Amino acid sequence: MAVQTDLIKDPHILTGKLHWGVIPYTDPVVLPVMIASVLGGLALFALITYKGWWGYLWKEWITSVDHKKIGIMYVIVSLVMLFRGFSDAVLMRTNQALSVADEFGGGYLPPEHYDQIFTAHGVIMIFFVATPLMVGIMNVVMPLQIGARDVAFPVLNSLSFWLFFVGAMLVNISLFIGEFAATGWLAYTPLSGIDYSPGVGVDYWIWALQISGIGTTLTALNFVATILKMRAPGMNLMKMPVFTWTTFIANLIALVIFPILTVAIGMLTLDRYFDFNFFTNDNGGNQMMWVNLIWAWGHPEVYFLILPAFGMITEVVATFSRKRLFGYVSLVWATAVIGILSFLVWLHHFFTMGSGASVNAFFGIMTMIIGIPTGVKLYNWIFTMYKGRVELTASMWWVIAMLITFTIGGMTGVMLAIPANDFMLHNSMFVPAHFHNVIIGGAVYGYFAGMTYWFPKATGFKLNETLGKASCAFWFFGYFFAWIPMYFTGFDGMTRRLQYVDNTEWITNMNISLFGVALIAIGIGLNLLCIAWSIYKRNDPEYRDETGDPWDAPTLEWYTSSPPQFYNFGHIPHVDDLEPLRQMKKDGVAYQRPEKYERIHMPKNSWMGPVIGLLTLPMGFGLVWHIWWMVGVSFLAIIAAWFRFSFERDKDYYVEVEEVEKIEGEFLAANQGRSFTNGFDH
Amino acid sequence: MSHDNQGHGGEAHGSLKEYIIGLILSIVLTVIPFYLVATGTFGDTATIIAIIVTAVAQVFVQLVFFLHMNGSSSQTWLTMSGIYAVFIVAFVILGSMWIFEHLNHNLLMGH
Repeated sequence: MAVQTDLIKDPHILTGKLHWGVIPYTDPVVLPVMIASVLGGLALFALITYKGWWGYLWKEWITSVDHKKIGIMYVIVSLVMLFRGFSDAVLMRTNQALSVADEFGGGYLPPEHYDQIFTAHGVIMIFFVATPLMVGIMNVVMPLQIGARDVAFPVLNSLSFWLFFVGAMLVNISLFIGEFAATGWLAYTPLSGIDYSPGVGVDYWIWALQISGIGTTLTALNFVATILKMRAPGMNLMKMPVFTWTTFIANLIALVIFPILTVAIGMLTLDRYFDFNFFTNDNGGNQMMWVNLIWAWGHPEVYFLILPAFGMITEVVATFSRKRLFGYVSLVWATAVIGILSFLVWLHHFFTMGSGASVNAFFGIMTMIIGIPTGVKLYNWIFTMYKGRVELTASMWWVIAMLITFTIGGMTGVMLAIPANDFMLHNSMFVPAHFHNVIIGGAVYGYFAGMTYWFPKATGFKLNETLGKASCAFWFFGYFFAWIPMYFTGFDGMTRRLQYVDNTEWITNMNISLFGVALIAIGIGLNLLCIAWSIYKRNDPEYRDETGDPWDAPTLEWYTSSPPQFYNFGHIPHVDDLEPLRQMKKDGVAYQRPEKYERIHMPKNSWMGPVIGLLTLPMGFGLVWHIWWMVGVSFLAIIAAWFRFSFERDKDYYVEVEEVEKIEGEFLAANQGRSFTNGFDH
Repeated sequence: MSHDNQGHGGEAHGSLKEYIIGLILSIVLTVIPFYLVATGTFGDTATIIAIIVTAVAQVFVQLVFFLHMNGSSSQTWLTMSGIYAVFIVAFVILGSMWIFEHLNHNLLMGH
């Protein structure tokens, strides 16, 4: 990683800035990873070819426009990227702990490598772990919750996934060819400008985010249209499940903020490639305008991440408390209020810029106000559990872990919202301690709760409860050990992003933190073991979900088989209640054969998503390395593919009644004679 | 299932004539600011005002001719999303102007 990619000033016409020196085969940290990745990739390729799985993969997964399969692919990629992002975290923590002990002479990672690691860690965790994990779960669950057959634009959904995939691949390629940005995850100017970052690291950052960001914008558009246009008959807005509501608001946020990111990165691109001066320090540029724009995107972005987690928590709490959700209307309004307020707080990331007391006071107060609707939600969940018959399943463990951890993180957030405090704490370890507290404790625990809860719906079998609970316990305690010491060092004046720590008073804090990372590592290991073990045991009656409703749940996504048929519902029921399935069970009308089935209109698989999506990989790579012929050829190929796709007529088909009847008959038979007890007395 | 027909209803898709008018208008509105900046026909203030006016006009051309927005009742969602977008854009642009006005004042830039 410590390679000089800025040496070539005059790119070669065929190879651009590439030369053999950009491959970091001398780096003792990167080399083993590189060898393992290349060998592992080749082995996987050989295995798939040997077994003849390419046809299956192409037909059933790569070209699939089924929202459930696309969702599963998102989750798989995000878990792979979690492995990489967490490895970066381990490198940082061990480096700091070793450097403070001083015997090893300032840690084992050179500064230019360390800077790339914390940048990659932030970028990967936000864009390529949290976002896809959430988008994956939204993909699987949201259309089922509203009784839709797919999303509004299924082929576009596939394109979104492949664009995201290319973004993740560009970040991974940067590990082995060249370097990644060494600027911090938001690439503040003027450091990220061409004068101070002449290498290709920032260019990798630019194109990875630009390409995957366009994917996210398209996803947001798709989901908003789906929720507005494709709900089951009878389901008006105030009968939508809370997870669908949070998905709706989160995507409305994403729809207007991702264009800000796209434009801001576009302007940085002009600065770096064409000597513009939007964000430079001279020639009329304004570097703080970058900070302003990136946070005008960045703060709503964190609400985009957390709102769906709130939705997942809500669904899990409502199901396992065995009673009706407390305060549905207030939850919906709290979500909407957070959605609007999230646009009015961005300056709190740069109080110290110097815009003065009045501006800081406004944004400080707005930041504290946004804590109110968030607090409303916490009380909603607590009162839902109150006097319920709470079942402490693994997903409820994640919920309770979230309630505790997130509340603490929210309170340190309000501390940071006070401008006078912020002047003391800005850029200290207190800040990473706070945002890890809310992102791990709020968003990630929420996603894990959701993943555990909906896993049987997506795959047809449950996750192992014991391993899930153990994973939750290790994550929970690991988090506190890893980050609470950092609140203290932050108060003490330790700045963030230090390659080495020379204050020996912090040895204890560093070592406690390292111990916490070890606990989290065990938590992640147990998580993966849990998935692997459950896959191994998938045909065991204890794991198998025969009925499609393993938790005796109240919402519509459980009123179909697990995994659902490609068309989702044989007959879409009329929704008369906020908790339609619970109501149907109570009225005794659930799982009865409808009077008649009708033929079902479905989209066909499409080559367009993977082809256009994957063509942006050579385009992005060419742009990073200034290989203009590669950019031109890929761009023309994209236009040609787009043109070809626009004239395709054969995009849909019908599932005939006989086939629907046969499949649905099996589903209904599996549910004969079930008894329901879930929360009828409330 | 009535469901199958959803998503095709309501909104107009526009005619070829509409698209061509929209295309010509948007090109004209793009060329004007470039021309003014390149030639320096007007003074600075007048040029900036002209850029803002053509930019806003451009937004409306796009909305009306390409996104087919109008005030009819079948377009409640389009109208609401329009209002939402205007609010967010106002938050970000006016907020940024306010922030940087104070920043420049405090840092004695341009004063």
